[in-house]
Amino acid sequence: MSQEKISKIKKIQSTGHLRKIMADYFYELDRAAKEGSPKVAWCSSVGPAELLLSLGFVVHYPENHGAVLGSSRKANDYIPVANAIGYSPDICSYLTSDVGSFIKKETPLSRAYEGIEGVAKPDVLVYNTNQCRDVQDWFNWYSRELGVPAIGIHTYRNIGEIKDEYLHSIVKQTENLIPTLEKISGNKFDVDKFREVLSLSRECTLMWKKVLEANAAIPAPISFFDATIHMGPAVVLRGSPQAVEYYKVLLEELNEKIKNKDGAVENEKFRLYWEGMPIWGKLRDLAEFFIDLRTAVVASTYCNSWIFDSFDPKDPFLSMARAYTEIFIVRDENFKENYIENMVNKYKLDGILFHDAKTCPNNSNNRYGMPERLAKKLKIPSITINGDLNDLRCYSEEQAKTNIEAFIEQLESR
Amino acid sequence: MNHFAGIDVGASTTKAVIIDKNREILGHSVKDSGADFKAAAEKAFAEAKKQAKKKAEDEYFVVSTGYGRRNVSFAGDTKTEISCHAKGSFYYFPESHTLIDIGGQDSKIIKVNASGNRTGFKMNRKCAAGTGAFLEEMANRLKIKLEKLNELAEKSEKDVQIGSYCTVFSATEILTKIREGVEVKDLVKGIFHSIIKRAIEMDPLEGNIVMSGGVVAHNPFLVSMFEEKLEKKIFVPPLPQLTGAFGAALFALEEKGG
Ligand code: SF4
Repeated sequence: MSQEKISKIKKIQSTGHLRKIMADYFYELDRAAKEGSPKVAWCSSVGPAELLLSLGFVVHYPENHGAVLGSSRKANDYIPVANAIGYSPDICSYLTSDVGSFIKKETPLSRAYEGIEGVAKPDVLVYNTNQCRDVQDWFNWYSRELGVPAIGIHTYRNIGEIKDEYLHSIVKQTENLIPTLEKISGNKFDVDKFREVLSLSRECTLMWKKVLEANAAIPAPISFFDATIHMGPAVVLRGSPQAVEYYKVLLEELNEKIKNKDGAVENEKFRLYWEGMPIWGKLRDLAEFFIDLRTAVVASTYCNSWIFDSFDPKDPFLSMARAYTEIFIVRDENFKENYIENMVNKYKLDGILFHDAKTCPNNSNNRYGMPERLAKKLKIPSITINGDLNDLRCYSEEQAKTNIEAFIEQLESR
Repeated sequence: MNHFAGIDVGASTTKAVIIDKNREILGHSVKDSGADFKAAAEKAFAEAKKQAKKKAEDEYFVVSTGYGRRNVSFAGDTKTEISCHAKGSFYYFPESHTLIDIGGQDSKIIKVNASGNRTGFKMNRKCAAGTGAFLEEMANRLKIKLEKLNELAEKSEKDVQIGSYCTVFSATEILTKIREGVEVKDLVKGIFHSIIKRAIEMDPLEGNIVMSGGVVAHNPFLVSMFEEKLEKKIFVPPLPQLTGAFGAALFALEEKGG
């Protein structure tokens, strides 16, 4: 009998609760798709989800499916399928793995959830290009394939100050989506319902923020690698009471850990920032590697990207436009540098790790000299590792680990 | 414990260095890493011991480094090649400097401050460009022995440019140049230039420069070309290929030598 390796990763008790609400979510989507009601909308991860929910859609997030493909290590079975039909290995590997899995009619969801045969088919595809152009191309592929409309918001990128004219344009574009969405959902837009969803989403955001801020404690109670999993509800269940409830439970557990000085990394010695996408297929492996190095990856841009504290039910359209424009990925280098500087100070970090993800330039912030500028300004070192969110062909285990290990040796010798 | 050893198991060669308490090198060796890192480490260590003329019962404390550092079963500790190179280099050049190490499968740029601490590093392993593997591939294409590259390049008086970043593209470029009648010695110099360019692209090479690694050990002319390019003197430690192994031996001494 094979003996299961005992993991050094400490258990988070709330994970059971997380699994339950995530399962409920996927079953609800599946049921809706099978019964044809309520209608299913696909939404980009920082798209206008609250509007869709208010119109009665159940919402599927293809990027979440991308992450599922990555973390189940299935992505590399599917990426070549999309490459073969002309979608380059250099573009978003969420896109290529998701499209590839659709073509092959397979999904890890059916292994995880009995009775689910495939991803819930959409009645409409809604994106916001605030994060990248790939979401639009991704949704357009499905639009052509399935004959459903792909509509979206075209937004501003690489911006410093958020100007009123940007927001007005986004508000207008959001409003323009409504007639199509009403027609497809069969429901009339109701601003009070919209306010209600936005208010729940705001609550979820604020709770998620508290969860992340718990890591200001030394030792940090939750690792970046765990946080990427526990982030699930903040992405796919925002706007629901379940997400808010979940983060209350999780926060309580983390506070207990803080009280007991029970860090995610035993004998935490160094604290790092993770800038960039997770390497989904290597979460567990890297988590254990960092535990061995007694290094806590404490904070990240990625997990903080689902904090939308500008949501204001009193002014739903404008505040939503602001919230989805304020996020890191949309901003210019100056904003990003200040943001990371604040993080470094707030979480008392010793160094910054940049993940240069081959297929996502939008989340690879090492490419325009930022590590060098930050090292100079903050007087803490940084390291860049080459990899990818999903395409493990772009990741050299040995190279990445030697780089990280050498980086920790450098911190030790200071 | 009186003897300290460093074993650097690189992707292409394995190096062993034995030192005594006074940091004197007693023995060293270089072996092909081949497909069995463990065996290569043992072989390299055995030969270094033989050279050191030590008795079989002598005890050693060993620190391993390099790509196959975890395959060295007799090592008491491991360190990354980055730390070991910095350590070895600072011993011979105890001032703040930038070390350029051109190895078989990677190139590294390591910044060391005046106290010998590392302040930063960059490692290129994404492709063969700028490494020993690139030289091997090109020598293979030109059907010349690796050992001949240095003297050939030295004879060249032309400036042939190989512009491509990628090794496969460079090979195609070389084919084109052969077709155009460019002489082999000029091509080899162009290939050396290409290695230099890859290093320059990795980091601003300011201050004192030290170079190490197998490529440097076997091709001193490449260092001269580099000096000309940077318009300054480059320091090369006495056994450039053994810098990492020597650094590992120094770590061994620090750990167990009191
Ligand atoms: S931001 Fe990056 S990972 Fe996300 S959808 Fe766009 S290209 Fe893909």
